Amino acid sequence: MLTLLGVLVVMLGFALRFNPLLVVIAAAMTSGLAAGLSPIEVLTVFGKAFRTNRYVSVAWLVLPAVGVLERAGLKEQARTTILRLKAASAGRILIAYLALRQLSAALGLTQAAGHAQTVRPLLAPMTEAAAEARAGGALSDNSRERVRAMSAATDNVGLFFGEDIFLAIGSILLIVGFLDQSGLTVEPLALSVWAIPSALAAFVVHGARLLLFDRGLVKDEVGE
Amino acid sequence: MIGLTFVYPLAGLVFGAFAALSAFDRENPKRLGNAVFWGLFAVCFLVGDRLGDLGNGVLALALALIAGAGQLGVGKPRTTTSEERERLARVHGAKLFLPALLIPVTVLVGALTLKRLSVHGAPLVDPKQATLVALVLASLAATLLAKILFRQPASAPLQEGRRLMDLVGWAALLPQMLAALGAVFAVAGVGKTIGDLVAHVTPVDSRLAAVTAYCLGMAVFTMMMGNAFAAFPVLTAGVALPLVIGRFHGDPAVVCAIGMLSGFCGTLLTPLAANFNLVPAALLQLKDRYAVIRAQAPTAAVMLIVNVVLMNTLAFRR
Repeated sequence: MLTLLGVLVVMLGFALRFNPLLVVIAAAMTSGLAAGLSPIEVLTVFGKAFRTNRYVSVAWLVLPAVGVLERAGLKEQARTTILRLKAASAGRILIAYLALRQLSAALGLTQAAGHAQTVRPLLAPMTEAAAEARAGGALSDNSRERVRAMSAATDNVGLFFGEDIFLAIGSILLIVGFLDQSGLTVEPLALSVWAIPSALAAFVVHGARLLLFDRGLVKDEVGE
Repeated sequence: MIGLTFVYPLAGLVFGAFAALSAFDRENPKRLGNAVFWGLFAVCFLVGDRLGDLGNGVLALALALIAGAGQLGVGKPRTTTSEERERLARVHGAKLFLPALLIPVTVLVGALTLKRLSVHGAPLVDPKQATLVALVLASLAATLLAKILFRQPASAPLQEGRRLMDLVGWAALLPQMLAALGAVFAVAGVGKTIGDLVAHVTPVDSRLAAVTAYCLGMAVFTMMMGNAFAAFPVLTAGVALPLVIGRFHGDPAVVCAIGMLSGFCGTLLTPLAANFNLVPAALLQLKDRYAVIRAQAPTAAVMLIVNVVLMNTLAFRR
């Protein structure tokens, strides 16, 4: 039971907004010591996993490409393109992106879009431009923050409720392997088919929120 | 064979370049902190395999201490002003989208074809790392195309990369750190303890209660571990197999598919899923670290209820 103290450290540390890297180390130490490991042993286990998980950080290699494109005016071009579409609104752009993200993730293209490669240089400037056009001027700081946050949120929702429809995604393989060990045989196809109802529901739920989001933004800007 | 042995040294060189450029950035009062931080991270990629497990642990600890002591600043490499960018956008027009679109297209083509390439019967690319290699190749290709099309200076890719890297700052390391924390939790048996706890409090005589406990448990446990993959085996073994599938005869495919998606609802709600929730807040320069979580929380909450309802209706059709 004492090993759960590490989870408590994580929750408190994040809630009190300590530096998350320190919180992670502190939580590892807490749970490790509670389980009877020495500090050196905890650092050894931590270091081994830190090394084998380096691939997680390789995705940052996309930043130079994004930066060069920003330097050459990509964000500004994204804005201009959206302003030519009179029917565009922040919510409608995000609904279109949600559909695209869910479909491409369902085809296994999870890495094709993401926060560094699409949300920052393309999606966020587009939704911001559309929201500004609707509001008839610059957005308040509060609205700008909300538009950007909703852009990132829509990427996440699209990814999470799309990827499980793809047969060879990690989570499906994990389920198949786990059930196999427990003596149950399940076809990957059956799992991906049963991910579809939730995917459709997620599109409806988040899409409805995005339509309401547009109205909320207008109210926000008129109210201030 | 092209795999991690190609990707890691390249990443090490790029992070090392960020460190070197940071060291000479007079605009950044904390340039020393930045240089040491990204330098150590580069060391992890370049010679991490020779440092031993404890060595890597000490390195991770040092990185956390530098970040925790507030020694990371935001560098200010020379870049274009917003007026210049407006002008450049008018000059280059829609051509600007080409390199941006090259990234997903290259990832797609790479993921589909790289696995099949071979030289003298040996695979050219490690099949397990095909997507990662494709992403790296896509980034290189897009950088090169952008540099040529828009006549960018030779220093631009690394300086611009550093500009964005500093905006993300310590959050860039959080996903890798959290993965390591997961390993320590696994050794300490944290997952099993929680699984036993949930199984212990789950009512055994009501189907809906069992389904609700499984879906809710998946979400809450995922929030605590930051990862639905860690929660799935524990809670499925503890609650789904004996109760939802065993006692109430739920269809395993439906139960597991929707159970995993209930875990994803938890992922949308936790700062521990750093690369989805905290990293974009840093990349988009949001004032509130948790603004993305706030934005997606209502969707996650509704979807959790929807998943309970779906599992309860779809898993017991017979």
